[in-house]
Amino acid sequence: MRYRGGAIAIRLASGFVLAFLYIPLAVVFLYAFNGSVAQGWPPKDFTTKWFSLAWSDPTMREALANSVKIGLAASFVAVVLGSLAAFAMHRFRFFGRETVSFALVLPIALPGIVTGMALRSAMSTTGVTFSIWTIMIGHATFCVVVVFNNVIARLRRTSGSIVEASMDLGADGWQTFRFVTLPSISTALVAGALLAFALSFDEIIVTNFLSGAETTLPKWIFNAIRLPHNRPVANAVALIVILLSVIPVYLAQRLANQGEVDRTPTVR
Amino acid sequence: MRGVSRWIALLGVLGLVAAACNSDSSTAPSGGGSSASAVSSIGPTEGDLNLIAWVGYTEDGTTQGYENYDWVTPFEAQTDCKVSVKYADSSDEMYNLMTSQAGQWDGVSASGDSSNRLIASGAVSAIDPALFPDFSNVIAPLQPTTGTDNSHYVVDGNVYGVPYMYGPNFLMYNSKVVKPAPTSWDVVFETQLNGAANPYASKITAYDFPIYIADAALYLMTHKPELGITDPYSLTEDQLNAAVELLTGQATMVDKYWALYTTEIDGFVNESMVAGTAWPVNLSFVELDKPEVKAAEPTEGMTGWADTWMLSSSAPHPNCMLEWMKWSMKADVQAEVAEYYGAAASNTEACPILRDSLDKQFDFGYAVDTVRYGYCGDAKFLDALWLWRTPQSPTDYSLWTQKWLEVRAS
Amino acid sequence: MSQETIGSGSSRTGLTRRASGYLNVHPKVRLALTLGIPLLWIGVIYLGSLGLLFVNGFWRVDVLTSRITHDWGLQNFHTLWTSKVYRTVTIRTAGLATAVAITDVLLAFPLAYYAARIARPKVRAAILVAVVLPLWSSYLVKSYAWVTMTSPNGLIDSLSRALGFPSLHIGTTQWAMWLAYAYLWLPFVVLPVYAALERIPESYLEASSDLGGRSWMTFRRVVWPMAIPGVVAGSIFAFSLTLGDYILPIILGNTKLIGNVIYDNVGVANNLPLAAAFALVPVAVIGVYLFLARRLGAFEAL
Repeated sequence: MRYRGGAIAIRLASGFVLAFLYIPLAVVFLYAFNGSVAQGWPPKDFTTKWFSLAWSDPTMREALANSVKIGLAASFVAVVLGSLAAFAMHRFRFFGRETVSFALVLPIALPGIVTGMALRSAMSTTGVTFSIWTIMIGHATFCVVVVFNNVIARLRRTSGSIVEASMDLGADGWQTFRFVTLPSISTALVAGALLAFALSFDEIIVTNFLSGAETTLPKWIFNAIRLPHNRPVANAVALIVILLSVIPVYLAQRLANQGEVDRTPTVR
Repeated sequence: MRGVSRWIALLGVLGLVAAACNSDSSTAPSGGGSSASAVSSIGPTEGDLNLIAWVGYTEDGTTQGYENYDWVTPFEAQTDCKVSVKYADSSDEMYNLMTSQAGQWDGVSASGDSSNRLIASGAVSAIDPALFPDFSNVIAPLQPTTGTDNSHYVVDGNVYGVPYMYGPNFLMYNSKVVKPAPTSWDVVFETQLNGAANPYASKITAYDFPIYIADAALYLMTHKPELGITDPYSLTEDQLNAAVELLTGQATMVDKYWALYTTEIDGFVNESMVAGTAWPVNLSFVELDKPEVKAAEPTEGMTGWADTWMLSSSAPHPNCMLEWMKWSMKADVQAEVAEYYGAAASNTEACPILRDSLDKQFDFGYAVDTVRYGYCGDAKFLDALWLWRTPQSPTDYSLWTQKWLEVRAS
Repeated sequence: MSQETIGSGSSRTGLTRRASGYLNVHPKVRLALTLGIPLLWIGVIYLGSLGLLFVNGFWRVDVLTSRITHDWGLQNFHTLWTSKVYRTVTIRTAGLATAVAITDVLLAFPLAYYAARIARPKVRAAILVAVVLPLWSSYLVKSYAWVTMTSPNGLIDSLSRALGFPSLHIGTTQWAMWLAYAYLWLPFVVLPVYAALERIPESYLEASSDLGGRSWMTFRRVVWPMAIPGVVAGSIFAFSLTLGDYILPIILGNTKLIGNVIYDNVGVANNLPLAAAFALVPVAVIGVYLFLARRLGAFEAL
């Protein structure tokens, strides 16, 4: 942007938006240390006991473990399905391409309650036991599109001539895939997988419909939030999760940016 | 490959065809309306027990700060049935789980607003009360054969569960704001009080479920007898509409409806609510911050709830469930639950135990004989309570749900 | 044909090579495998289930047996149409969802523009991390933070009074829901807008200013048209997540949205047919939205 005025306005607006994003998180932060159980304003007393209570609660640890398991499994499935679909869309011309991307986006575009109800009804007619695997199936379904978008965006930016060169040099399809294609999309896969994991980790609506006796972290938090003496613990848990996720998110960001051209414009 | 979209459409249509051809794709399990025969014996236990319960009904000593409340571990030791519990947020969720995940759960602590529906859809089995000796100690109105207030779990002479806890929906109010102390539900229902506008308007609260219509019907039983309401759960369409009209008027005065009881607790603590229907557990929490909040028992009467442990008709571990039902009726177990949860025990032998325990710990034994603990053991009080029952006729809960939406969406 | 090729290990014989060769010559099989597997998942598991659900919309529940009878008819749709309350809820929810989508786009755009075109790489990475991080904190905890902030004597109320304005008790109003939803979905909107803005070649902007366009003209004629697919893609998230939500209305505000109506009917009300019929409403609305979005190229930009 050539005009300083415009740049300053944008900077101010960006700062405001970032502040908007983080003020409620600051509130969560404050209440994680709140001494009283009722969530009144301003918070009174200071205590760190909610953190130790959270960690020593076996149900919380079990819920956290379940959420991680489901997240990993769902992201894995989403990565496989999403990249397969991305390859198909990128490499082939076939009738109905737009319908495919439409079908892939549906699970995330349609309301979670519809997805949840539909999957639950279907699963109960087949008589399957509801467990973390049924939850995983639901999560994987709406996570596919996230990986798909990342991979196909990257594929579009990758030059096709590299693949041709590889084939010309005698590599078969599998070798080309392993040594040429995969490295070029790996960071897009990681970024997609991370976003898919995040979506699955905090998902509650579809989870509510597809869960059996096992709890996930969002369900645990929902239970905690409904009991006055457990609410502050939920704040502490949420805060811990955010702090723990800084590193993987940052790493994923670095990975995703590797190989990207520096787009900084010459004029500031 | 032409026509990928064709394949997608085909797959979707396959689903439709499968559904259409599947002649029994109802979400209710097989079992029919009323049970074939009541379960009359307990066999060897199976080693596991999967329950659906309200939070607080199955304490095993792992709740932070309340480790001494545990009536599950001793049960597991005695019967070798390992207990797993799924906590439900609402009667709706309980009903859903019992029907859509039928082969997975052994039993449920059903409240009256869902119990009749569970019975009607065949999701729960009838049992023979002779299996449970503690039935002789159950408070009179809840007795299976002679009880006067048992239609939420006894249908056509069949007994569908064992009584657990019960409690009233009383009127909670802030005594510093609502003066004089209210003796009638009119403070929450009437837009005009004593010729002037209701001074507590915009600070009222009400329970955010269709069953609350019964509370309005109960109020109209006294104040509009010409409607002919004799049972707040059996309403004709005219009576239902009259109740809805009252509720629509109330809606203009409501600050926020409460579905989670933390909503009501927060509201009373920050004084955005000063009067409304409440459970004993809500009062216990509000009192910690605001001792001026009290309970009132209006003259029109109160609705209430009584929870029953019911055996699933497709239970994978029925014997463990029956053992649990037997266990849950014991006086000492019910006393512990009542103390933790804040409710009245159906087993009258539990009341003196509760009184002792409260006296020893908090010098609070007298509360057992107040509305706070549902007047434990007081049959007259229970008889006067209009316990929740799933409305089925003349108007069905499905219609109540639609009417409730009309109240809430206005 | 020599087996030793670039990158070959010891056992590059037979199966993998033959399979690769086969697939090379038969692209349709390759397509069937690559596309078929995800489509099978989405088609059978998802679309099939959806079909099963919506078929229920045409059936009804027998009041006496509480079971669904395959009594084909439009009675549920008739109920939805004649009872004013369903229309009220639909319009209200759609209105809220639109407001949330517009707000989020307005909030997301400056931040995305700054990150995509102005910030240095390190700052850009930091901003993207900062935008994605809130997605990792619990939706419920964030919602309760908003309950606290909008409650009487809460953050917003106190701030308003401190600044000399009247007391703001918005905790039970739709304003609170609007703010909370806009907050919750904002990261989902920033990311596609950022992706779209990042793709604009610098040369376009330089050419535009070389041709004499001032910043507003450049924005209107160059930046905005190229950002539209990303904006629309982001708005899909904000719109559809609001349209189907049923949890926030229980916690914050005092209104029932489409999600609540559906949810309330599948419980003790035992009216899955009506719920399924009503569920077709948000699906139809989003279907229209997606159709328009496709026209605007959003699927290239998700």
